[in-house]
Amino acid sequence: MKIDIILCGVGGMGALSSAAIISKAALEMGMYMKQAETHGMSQRGGDVQSHLRLSDEPISSDLIPEGQCDLILSVEPMEALRYVNFLNKKTGWIITDSNPFVNIPNYPDMADIEKEINKIPNHIFHDFTSVAKEVKNPKGVNMVVLGAASKYLKIDIEKLEDAVRANFARKGEEIVEANIKALRAGREIADM
Amino acid sequence: MDKLLLLGDEAIAQAAIDAGLSGVFAYPGTPSTEITEYIQDSKQAKELGIRSNWACNEKTAMEAAIGMSYAGKRAMFCCKHVGMNVAADPFMNSAITGANGGLVYIAADDPSMHSSQDEQDSRQYADFAMIPCLEPSNQQEAYDMVHYAFEISEKYHTPVMIRVTTRLAHSRAGVVRREAVKPQNNLTLPADKRQYILLPVNAKRHYKNLIAKQEDLMRESETKGFNTLVEGENKKLGIVACGLGYNYLMENFKGGKCPYSVLKVSQYPMPENLLQKLYDESDELLVVEEGQPIYERLIKGLLKNNKPIHGRLDGTIQRDGELSPNSVAKAVGIEVEGGFEIPQIVAPRPPKLCDGCPHRDSYLALNEAMKEFGDSRVFSDIGCYTLGALPPFNAIYSTVDMGASITMAKGAAEADLKPTVAVIGDSTFTHSGMTGLLDCCVDNIPVTVIILDNDITAMTGSQKSSATGRIESICTGIGVDPAHIRVLSPLAKNHEENVKIMKEEIAYKGVSVIIPRRDCIVWANKKRKMLKK
Repeated sequence: MKIDIILCGVGGMGALSSAAIISKAALEMGMYMKQAETHGMSQRGGDVQSHLRLSDEPISSDLIPEGQCDLILSVEPMEALRYVNFLNKKTGWIITDSNPFVNIPNYPDMADIEKEINKIPNHIFHDFTSVAKEVKNPKGVNMVVLGAASKYLKIDIEKLEDAVRANFARKGEEIVEANIKALRAGREIADM
Repeated sequence: MDKLLLLGDEAIAQAAIDAGLSGVFAYPGTPSTEITEYIQDSKQAKELGIRSNWACNEKTAMEAAIGMSYAGKRAMFCCKHVGMNVAADPFMNSAITGANGGLVYIAADDPSMHSSQDEQDSRQYADFAMIPCLEPSNQQEAYDMVHYAFEISEKYHTPVMIRVTTRLAHSRAGVVRREAVKPQNNLTLPADKRQYILLPVNAKRHYKNLIAKQEDLMRESETKGFNTLVEGENKKLGIVACGLGYNYLMENFKGGKCPYSVLKVSQYPMPENLLQKLYDESDELLVVEEGQPIYERLIKGLLKNNKPIHGRLDGTIQRDGELSPNSVAKAVGIEVEGGFEIPQIVAPRPPKLCDGCPHRDSYLALNEAMKEFGDSRVFSDIGCYTLGALPPFNAIYSTVDMGASITMAKGAAEADLKPTVAVIGDSTFTHSGMTGLLDCCVDNIPVTVIILDNDITAMTGSQKSSATGRIESICTGIGVDPAHIRVLSPLAKNHEENVKIMKEEIAYKGVSVIIPRRDCIVWANKKRKMLKK
């Protein structure tokens, strides 16, 4: 069993902390994992991405080969499209928030973005930001997206919840619970 | 022992702590920064009393590491690849003196220039200095190699380089630690009092020793297991796979079964016997290197009468940029069914200065002040403020190497460019700008140096800056007239006044310094959170 995931977004949106949570859960389950991420200059409002590879066999490359990615998890719709060359054409999924983060003058028309995402057979294009607001955790969009993705992750939701707890433990119980709530709300959407 | 989830950088740091490290010496630089930060944040390192403060540049850092090794203790130096250029002088000469306590240099290269101005390959430096170089292909190997590096450093009295690249430095995986932590060495001075006196008479002798050591180092490369030759059935092609190149190769063969013979290289000098064996039994060779085609060139030699040798030089692998599973697949003739085509509407999203960043206000004021002086060009440097070269600011016209803003402005002024302005960050100023400012003062050059002081080394993620609290006294000490050292507060409400001050100093016919001072916005938020706690 293997699963290759690209997590992406814009610097500061929390794409990388989702990666850390999945990694922790996978390691708990005794899986092999490799997770490559972007640090440094590009984090300043630029595009960021992380390649996360999980397997029950040793993994060679830190980078996912093109055409083999099982899941693109994005907190921003245009960013989800940036990596579709990695996506497995038959079985790959895109799960992305539908709210654009516009910090460039030539940001494309949202209707065009939606059209492109609709061309990918398996996708969830959803207003996860509103869901995060509904559960009173507006900063937890990444957790809602992660919750929605959990259905396809082959990792028990309980293990993910444990990893969320471990990841946010030093920020206090309130923040832990808010993120668990966001995670569960995301899962509900995927189950609908 | 449990597996720890560690970045390649963190695996190196944890290994050094476990291997009896007494001090780490570094200046921040992507992708090496996390090594030193991990040691700074480690409770274990604190309890063991391992020193880990940032140095003001790579040269001072490496020299301090050499000093700690002189005193018999295990020392580690870390830098990004271009930091090796700054430290090149002590680096080359430390190969001649040799080491006393274990001395390990970590060079973190950045092929594809994710966060750098070039993609130079530090293995070249190790070969140049004739010291051993280790190139881990995964996080566990990185952990294990640090232990081995300290051991051979002490065994053969030589500094040892460990070369990593961005993909390993910033990639996480499970790492198993060694059970026991090695105690630190005691203070032990070199038995040979002349070991570190590189007067020609001594240096000649030491250099002969260094040459003589090469045989031992080659034997280590051939036999210690970091370099392995696995025979394949198909002898048409033999593959030399260096460092991460090995991973990308094996990714293409399920179950790790490559039909060709593969020489995995993770330790240099290049194991000549293993390489000869591979060459003799294969019709052609493919050399897969993450970085520059250093060994491909060496293996090829200068003459064209050998077997075909493929790699980056003949276009079998792209000449520049990082390797990938796909580029290596293509090189071994495997067809890859790719993913979807990236829609054309996807626009690039370049990094930019944060909202609320003080540099924004400084550049707005500078752009307005410069209008008055026609088509002059502003020289700049390396840091977050380099992003001022992009729209909407388009405020600066050079970024070459650490500290070059001031000295390039000086040279341009001496070619009669008027006015000349340099923009440099506080940390870059103490890294390599101070001596350039001294040159300006000695020659009394009409140049205005704007030192953007945001209280921190910002681009690499808020490391303490050696400049904090010292800039005015440094400038005065170097010889800048205190009347022409002007401090501003870069805020929108002060815009008019800031423009006026900049105009005055740019018009001044001597050395002037302007210091726009306001905390980096990311750092200000971090500070607030730390205070709350």
